[in-house]
Amino acid sequence: MLEVNDVSAGYSLLRVLWDVTLKVSSGERVALIGPNGAGKTTLLRVVVGLLQPYGGKVIFNGEDVTNIPTFDRVRKGITLVPEGSRVIPRLTVYENLRAAATTKEAKDKFTDTVDMLFTLFPILKERKEQLAGTLSGGEQRMLAVARGLILRPKLLLVDEVSLGLAPKVVTQIYDSFKELSGMGITLVLVEQYVRKVLQSTDRAYLIEQGRIVLSGSSRELMVNEYVRKAYLGD
Amino acid sequence: MRSSTLKVDGSEGKVSEKLIKFNLITERSGGYVVDITIFLQVLVNSILLGGMYAVISIGLNIIFGVLKIVNFAHGELIMLGMYISYWLTVLYGLNPYITLPIVAATLFLIGLVVERVLIKPILNAPSINQLLTTAALILILQNIALILWRADYRGVSVKMPLISIGPIFISATRLVAFIGGLAASLCLYYILMKTDLGIRIRAVAQDPEVAQIVGVNVPRIQTLTFGLGAMLAGIAGSLMIPIFMVNPTVGSNFGLIAWVIIVLGGLGSFTGALIGSFIVGFIEAFVGILISLEMARAVAFLAFIAILLFKPAGILGEKARV
Ligand SMILES: Nc1ncnc2c1ncn2[C@@H]1O[C@H](COP(=O)(O)OP(=O)(O)OP(=O)(O)O)[C@@H](O)[C@H]1O
Ligand SMILES: [Mg+2]
Repeated sequence: MLEVNDVSAGYSLLRVLWDVTLKVSSGERVALIGPNGAGKTTLLRVVVGLLQPYGGKVIFNGEDVTNIPTFDRVRKGITLVPEGSRVIPRLTVYENLRAAATTKEAKDKFTDTVDMLFTLFPILKERKEQLAGTLSGGEQRMLAVARGLILRPKLLLVDEVSLGLAPKVVTQIYDSFKELSGMGITLVLVEQYVRKVLQSTDRAYLIEQGRIVLSGSSRELMVNEYVRKAYLGD
Repeated sequence: MRSSTLKVDGSEGKVSEKLIKFNLITERSGGYVVDITIFLQVLVNSILLGGMYAVISIGLNIIFGVLKIVNFAHGELIMLGMYISYWLTVLYGLNPYITLPIVAATLFLIGLVVERVLIKPILNAPSINQLLTTAALILILQNIALILWRADYRGVSVKMPLISIGPIFISATRLVAFIGGLAASLCLYYILMKTDLGIRIRAVAQDPEVAQIVGVNVPRIQTLTFGLGAMLAGIAGSLMIPIFMVNPTVGSNFGLIAWVIIVLGGLGSFTGALIGSFIVGFIEAFVGILISLEMARAVAFLAFIAILLFKPAGILGEKARV
């Protein structure tokens, strides 16, 4: 479904990613783990087209999308839940969802999708008419996830959705992901909480200083000596 | 009515001769006295002026809010609107108000072209480049007008009665401009608040990157927004041609006042521009009648500078942004 081939990228002279290659197959849940500043967010930005790489290719469903703008990639089925959620502050919860119904499919199924999302996150239903900027941090995360799902993406990229959230909320969001993978959505999760994310994904990549240093099934990584020492605190 | 009066302080020399001549102010023992009817008349004038300013400044402000660009040539778009209305009136004998939809559509298209050709390339440029580009657009549009239509002042007159409500007189052309201006502003408000397009416009204004990752075609929204802003300028032109004469440089006045208004009300804020319009209309009408028209502009600019110094986010502040 997604192929990242030899991507190097950065911010003008600061090179952040070095020949990163990864593959995600349809229906998979893939974790992307690594320390602060490793380049996880940068990689997601390249995949979704917010950052143009120096070199390398992004292939989505067999099509080279490296040079097409973000909104076109989104319409082909890639969506990002960005770091820190970034809801649109002076739109209401409902308007945030409505703004995201940009494809024909999303528009046609909008009411159904909203119903499903409100069942998944009942608090959003209660807060429907509230300005998104006035939601609590956790509520904003839920809205950011919901907003991504309005598009009924084929591939959902999620950047540190659980950072700073109460365990209960994290569980709620992760439950929603479980439900999603049942719906045939492919997931890429970036997380600091390594144990949790390895438990709820099929495969994982470890990225350090802009390079993929380890990859394999999430179960393998859980028992990997290096991962256990450096990331699981065993 | 005549019993209640408004007292004007100040030495005798300061009261304009004109006012006394036109019986607007009467001399009483120890000072001058302004009639309450005059006060009401000026109040009405200022409200009518405010409605006209609203449509101008809201157009400018929505462009700023979405494109984060300072369009110094907004007044010149109004000037184009006035000319198109003028020529349709003169050449085809149309009522200037009937030309309004044609002018609105034409300016919308001109706005789309200007955005694509001139504005889009400089959206991410340093602000000095943006400033120079839109300043150049002033010169381009003024000179096109000069070549095509020469520097003569031109105007159309519409035969409409002076409406009188008791002792207060309302010019019908100004009343139409007020209602038209307010109606156009409210239409835009409806579009912004209730339609899919409006919600996307607001999303782009607030966070263009997030708008992109939910699939909003941001460059297209920017072009459309500029078109809408230009369209409002055209509508203003049509509404004003029965009131003001047009010549190639007439736009600079309107452009400048629109800037004063949106800084006053808050950059990017719809309500701010609306309120700012009435404040500036009020200042202009009152200072204009009490002192002089030149002073009226000066006082409006003073208010503008004061806001920049003490409340740079505008009177309503950040929260009111679209
Ligand atoms: N806009 C930017 N301009 C310049 N440098 C940046 C920018 N964004 C990120 N960087 C730098 O790129 C490097 C990688 O950042 P990135 O955000 O991709 O890391 P990350 O793996 O997501 O880290 P974290 O886990 O802390 O979110 C960092 O050194 C960061 O300072
Ligand atoms: Mg990050």
